[in-house]
Amino acid sequence: MFSAAGTAGAPPGMAQNPAPALEVTGLTKTYSVGMLGRVKIVRALTNVDLAVARGEVLGLVGESGSGKTTFARTVAYLERPTSGQVLVDGRPLPPRPGQEVLRQHRSRVQMIFQDPYTSLDPLHKVRYTVSRPLRTFGIVAKKAEQGTLERILAQVGLVPPGDFLRRYPYQLSGGQRQRVGVARALAARPSLLLADEPTSMLDVSIRLSIMNLLLDLRESESLSLVFVTHDLAGASYMSDRIAIMYAGHLVELGPTEKVMGEPRHPYTQLLRRAAPDPATNFGRDTRFEARGDPPDLTDLPQGCPFAPRCPQARSECRAELPGWRQAGPDHNVRCVLY
Amino acid sequence: MKAFLHNRRAMAGASILAFFALVAIFAPLLSPDNPSDINYGLMLGPSSRHLLGTTPGGQDILSQLIYGARPTLVVGLLTGAIIAVIQLVMGVFSGYAGGAIDAVLSTITNVFLVLPGLPLLIVIKGYTSSDSLTTVVVVLSVTGWAWGARVLRSQAISLRDRPFTEAARMSGERRWRIVMAHIVPNMFGVLAANFFGAALYAVLTFAFLQFMGLANINEVAWGSMLYWAQNDSAQMLGQWVFLLLPGLCILLLGTAFGLLNFAVDEVADPRLRRN
Amino acid sequence: MAGLLEIRGLHIGYGWDERSITTIVRGVDLTVAEGQVVGVAGESGCGKTTLALAAAGLLEPPGRILSGKIAYQGTDLLALSPEQLRSLHLSQISMVFQASMNVLNPVARIRRQFSDAMKAHGISSEDQITARAKEMFERVRLPLRFLDAYPHQLSGGMRQRAVIALSLCLGPKLLFLDEPTTALDVVVQRSIIQMLNELRHELGFGVVFITHDLSLLVEVADRIAIMYAGSIVEEASAQQLYQGPAHPYTAALMNAFPPVGAAHRRLEGLAGQPPDLRQLPPGCPFAPRCPKLIEGTCDRVVPLDRWAQEAHRVACHLYDEKEANVV
Repeated sequence: MFSAAGTAGAPPGMAQNPAPALEVTGLTKTYSVGMLGRVKIVRALTNVDLAVARGEVLGLVGESGSGKTTFARTVAYLERPTSGQVLVDGRPLPPRPGQEVLRQHRSRVQMIFQDPYTSLDPLHKVRYTVSRPLRTFGIVAKKAEQGTLERILAQVGLVPPGDFLRRYPYQLSGGQRQRVGVARALAARPSLLLADEPTSMLDVSIRLSIMNLLLDLRESESLSLVFVTHDLAGASYMSDRIAIMYAGHLVELGPTEKVMGEPRHPYTQLLRRAAPDPATNFGRDTRFEARGDPPDLTDLPQGCPFAPRCPQARSECRAELPGWRQAGPDHNVRCVLY
Repeated sequence: MKAFLHNRRAMAGASILAFFALVAIFAPLLSPDNPSDINYGLMLGPSSRHLLGTTPGGQDILSQLIYGARPTLVVGLLTGAIIAVIQLVMGVFSGYAGGAIDAVLSTITNVFLVLPGLPLLIVIKGYTSSDSLTTVVVVLSVTGWAWGARVLRSQAISLRDRPFTEAARMSGERRWRIVMAHIVPNMFGVLAANFFGAALYAVLTFAFLQFMGLANINEVAWGSMLYWAQNDSAQMLGQWVFLLLPGLCILLLGTAFGLLNFAVDEVADPRLRRN
Repeated sequence: MAGLLEIRGLHIGYGWDERSITTIVRGVDLTVAEGQVVGVAGESGCGKTTLALAAAGLLEPPGRILSGKIAYQGTDLLALSPEQLRSLHLSQISMVFQASMNVLNPVARIRRQFSDAMKAHGISSEDQITARAKEMFERVRLPLRFLDAYPHQLSGGMRQRAVIALSLCLGPKLLFLDEPTTALDVVVQRSIIQMLNELRHELGFGVVFITHDLSLLVEVADRIAIMYAGSIVEEASAQQLYQGPAHPYTAALMNAFPPVGAAHRRLEGLAGQPPDLRQLPPGCPFAPRCPKLIEGTCDRVVPLDRWAQEAHRVACHLYDEKEANVV
């Protein structure tokens, strides 16, 4: 179980705060699929331990089926965890929270959704979408609402705010819609933002502006951010620390420069080699070997889930899931090689 | 809205409906005689005094036709509205709520679905022996809501999983508010189409019940006119007007609801539009 | 020397009505040599897919070619009849579409899709068809048993391989790939790109690779053309483009892909959106967003192609002193 990253992970200058923004222990999520007689269990998340320090940006990287989106949705409590504990600002979330407890949770943990084209109700103006959290969480009195709305829109770069408040989603570009999504999340005054692939559906030239917006808000609003993505480059750009997920398991965790620069886990190394990287690969005739198939979450092997594909797998890998080993200061790997 | 106004089916249906609505509302002004008066000659053919002739019972057919619009429209629209409300709860809310609530409500819906509608209708009607329109409306509503509720439920379930609905949950919205502010408005097309479908069902079934002599045959309505026409063997006596015209009106009104049903579907889902 | 594909001065419009045609692609010149990989990069709405469809002879109304020339091995495609074009498809020119995996007939086994395609080109012998299908499957590293599977039984990556196998089964010389790996995970993507490279060396076909992922293109393509609002704003070898992008849009696009391993350095994104093609601003279409705007020129005069270097052209006023591109 990891305590909040120590000083190596948090950006310099950030005050040390004892209670991490997010602390997750043994988080597990399973689904049943199928019908009578042929029910399978999908193990979307298995025993994830993770902590996010205050003001930290944690990149959660994995391919489809890795469990990264399930992680975000479970922490947001859009899905109920099967087991494990979630603590936000040191406060645990009970397994079956009542309406009020859930509301409190939502006032602290907000989510930014992936698809700007379906995450805004097409029938409501921007004003409605962004003002609802102000009302439901009792953030401001009615008469202060207008001012607050304008301030939030300006913060996310939608100026003039009065103009944007009046618009419907169909009158906005993808980037603008995503900014509205960020505004909606900000309105709740959360301490933790879960961004689920917030740029993958945006045009390439817009992505940076949204990523920069999130980084700026991290500073100005003292937010902590979990940036879920499959894009290594984006994660590198955004994150202080990076966590790599495979088949519902966390396999590597450490400072960005270390995990990206000297990846330890064979899967991370595979990802690193696979990702487009002209700086490293240009002109070189690199041979890429990837064995095996993506994991089947209904039929995970005993032991390390990556063993079937790992070029360095040994018999001990298949027997038992490796524990966490330290590969460097604050850099931990779930692999027998270390 | 604009698309609706441009849609030919919508305008045709709306015009017919509007026509009948006006006839029903202004019946006293439009009708030459009191439809129940039997002071006229029996079974007279069309003449300038009685444009459509008189019934075997001596009533002016045109007046009957005009006044007949009232009960038919009332039953149609009222039943449609009541069914719409029931479907909202049993279908939309149930679909969104999920879990235990959905399980219970769905089971109830399925029970009503499986009940044979027409026999049930007949039995209930026979049992109640009351002759008021209210009874008819209630009976029709109770037997006619189940199928549409299932459709609405599956729509609601698919909307429940949309990101903007989840975002509303993240914004701290309560369940009922999400249903009313997000789910229902985004289902408006289906809801409206369902309403017109229900109205169509009500009009036709009411007419049928009357024709079978099972409902309010003493009330002046198109269906009851058909009953009396059949009863008094109008076609054998050559009074085709008496027999055909009420049927035609029912057909037209039914068509109007049907057209509006299709039109709302088309407008709501652009993929269904014909270029 | 007639290249494999030569496009000159192509203008493509879009519209049902003669009176209201929007120009989607304007004045495009592009050449693909035998066995070469030419990348076309751009964001949504820049016209790259329309360009590919037209070049492959697959453009349908409301899209229409307004002017220009498209020559495949010297033959003018625009002069061919529909039957002639159809006979070229798959056997000479092939295309793998975006979300191709969804293009496979869901109720037909993969084997059947092969036989449908080959029968349409006059190969009727079942033995021949089966032999060819097996050969292609081996080439794309798909287990043979999937020949008798339905598309939904294959994963996304496998379906894409199947589609590629299908597109190559008649031995075309030119292959268009429209975002072939966008929906796939990065490891699968890399395997497929590698497989395509090997196939290219074995079978010798040329490739037009369309994508928004410029960093991938730099690794994969020999030459790259950058499209913006319907025109090619820069075209150079991958190396030239990577080491010295000439056009401010290209620079911004390259910037948008932060380097994976390097230390964190703040990059700036591009403000604004691509223009509405129905109402292009006067002058250079990129002017409203350009960080290097020359007022009075860029917003008034459409830039012509210039040579920034040898075999490196760019449509930008910053290079006006250089030689004009004489075609």
